[in-house]
Amino acid sequence: MEPVLQARKLVKRYGRVVAMDRADFELYPGEILAVIGDNGAGKSTLIKALSGAVQPDGGEILLDGKPVHFTSPIDAREAGIETVYQTLAMSPALSITDNMFMGREIKKPGFRGTWLRQLDRKKMEEIAREKLNELGLLTIQNINQAVETLSGGQRQGVAVARAAAFGSKVVIMDEPTAALGVKESRRVLELIKDVRARGLPIVLISHNMPHVFEVADRIHIHRLGSRACVIKPSDFTMSDAVAIMTGAMDPPDSMAA
Amino acid sequence: MTLESKPAKGPANYESAVASGPQAVASFDDQRHGIGHKIQHTLHQTPSLVPLIVLVISLVVFGLLLGSKLFSPFALTLILQQVQIVGIVAAAQSIVILTAGIDLSVGAIMVLSSVVMGQFTFRYGLPVEISIVCGLICGTLCGYLNGFLVAIVKLPPFIVTLGMWQIVLATNFLYSANETIRSQEIAEVAPLLQFFGNKVNVGGAIFTYGVIFMVVLVMVLAYALRQTAWGRHVYAVGDDPEAAQLSGVQVKKVLISVYMLSGLICAFAGWAMIGRIGSVSPTTGQLANIESITAVVIGGISLFGGRGSVLGTLFGALIVGVFTLSLRLLGADAQWTYLLIGILIIGAVAIDQWIRKVSV
Repeated sequence: MEPVLQARKLVKRYGRVVAMDRADFELYPGEILAVIGDNGAGKSTLIKALSGAVQPDGGEILLDGKPVHFTSPIDAREAGIETVYQTLAMSPALSITDNMFMGREIKKPGFRGTWLRQLDRKKMEEIAREKLNELGLLTIQNINQAVETLSGGQRQGVAVARAAAFGSKVVIMDEPTAALGVKESRRVLELIKDVRARGLPIVLISHNMPHVFEVADRIHIHRLGSRACVIKPSDFTMSDAVAIMTGAMDPPDSMAA
Repeated sequence: MTLESKPAKGPANYESAVASGPQAVASFDDQRHGIGHKIQHTLHQTPSLVPLIVLVISLVVFGLLLGSKLFSPFALTLILQQVQIVGIVAAAQSIVILTAGIDLSVGAIMVLSSVVMGQFTFRYGLPVEISIVCGLICGTLCGYLNGFLVAIVKLPPFIVTLGMWQIVLATNFLYSANETIRSQEIAEVAPLLQFFGNKVNVGGAIFTYGVIFMVVLVMVLAYALRQTAWGRHVYAVGDDPEAAQLSGVQVKKVLISVYMLSGLICAFAGWAMIGRIGSVSPTTGQLANIESITAVVIGGISLFGGRGSVLGTLFGALIVGVFTLSLRLLGADAQWTYLLIGILIIGAVAIDQWIRKVSV
């Protein structure tokens, strides 16, 4: 099977610091791939390169087998890679609909759209409601309320819904449960599974081992700027994963990259 | 932490407790039924409501004190005429402040543009239409410079426009040689410069074209901010520029467009000012920056960006106009006007802070 998103020998240097040292990465269709690694292992640089926020100094990124060069997150987005940032990247004072369609608003057809540049609020609201419904976020009743009036879990839900609605190839999620309580985390994990069920592969960056082991199909362990190995959560324990991540245990030979 | 040694398949056991608990997570906390919260929510949704209420209250209070002296078509439209210049400039100031910026150079750009319109006509003998277009371009260019320095060079808007204020004002004095073009001359040679001074009389109510322009401008801006993608982007940039960038807004373009539009509107204000005072004078409009910021703040636009509406700015300008004229009709010392406006400014910002707490 061909990977949806693949990186080969990515290199990124910041001055004399090598953040990525010939890092490889593969994401297959329909899977949840967790990326774990200690602080400073270079996993966020890898993710930023995949989402277009950082331009690698060497190596290549392939989307559906074709090389791509992203110069900004907007590039990656246009190619079908949506990212849910840890900060969520939402404008708190604007409504849920405004936020979901930020940067890709729908204009009214005909004269009012072309000449008066009027937005088609009704249509955007409909789509926003439909997308939130699909992910079971119906409890958010008023689609026009400001995002700042939502709870942390609801905001995360809106961000995930936005990514799932517009991501056609890949959804990247950066620490989606980090700021949430136990119940809200549970809800977001269900959301992640729902998104996978709809056929979108997901890259999940997390420090939370129970969450990673619960939802991931495969776990990419990053260490010292490159991939140490990829494991299946059913074959290893959490302590093994942490041991590989921190270097206390050698990566299993058969799986080593 | 639970790093058990057995292979972890399902969720760790401690989380099974969660499943048995109530599943409502993303529902609303509807405990807050107090009237205070309801008001807070309403104001959060419609920020121009506060200045509208203040405007109505001040009209009622001064109306009771002054009776028909204030409630005549003449007096009421006089207020409109007196606030037209500040109103137009404040509309420009509004869109800049919505992006969490500030434009201290609005008054200077306004004066320079009017001087360009006048001098191009009288010094170089250009057709007045072309001079006016040159004046409008001049204002837009000044705005572009502001926008470039803020968006691309990434200097703080306060510093950029503080510098531009001095630069533009000095250019204005140097270029005009401090020379006023008299009203009579303009009326004879180039009456188009006084276009915005033309009047429509509707049963004692006098509307100048400048007043009509101010109202139409505010309506157009209100539409653009509310109904177009550009308007939504202006709010997003003012709210959180990094979030806006990540969600696909071209922050730099939006900022530059906002400062350019502000410059263009200021140039229109310069044109309207010729209509208001009749002459082209390089020494007018010195207080336009402070007066426009006052109108914006009283109008409920947050100085921190991303909140408020341009309609509120119009109400803010009108509040100042009502206070100024009413107190003069009452024969009070002009200082009372400043004192009361000072209180209004602080009150408006206090209310803004309170509305922001709606999310907590």
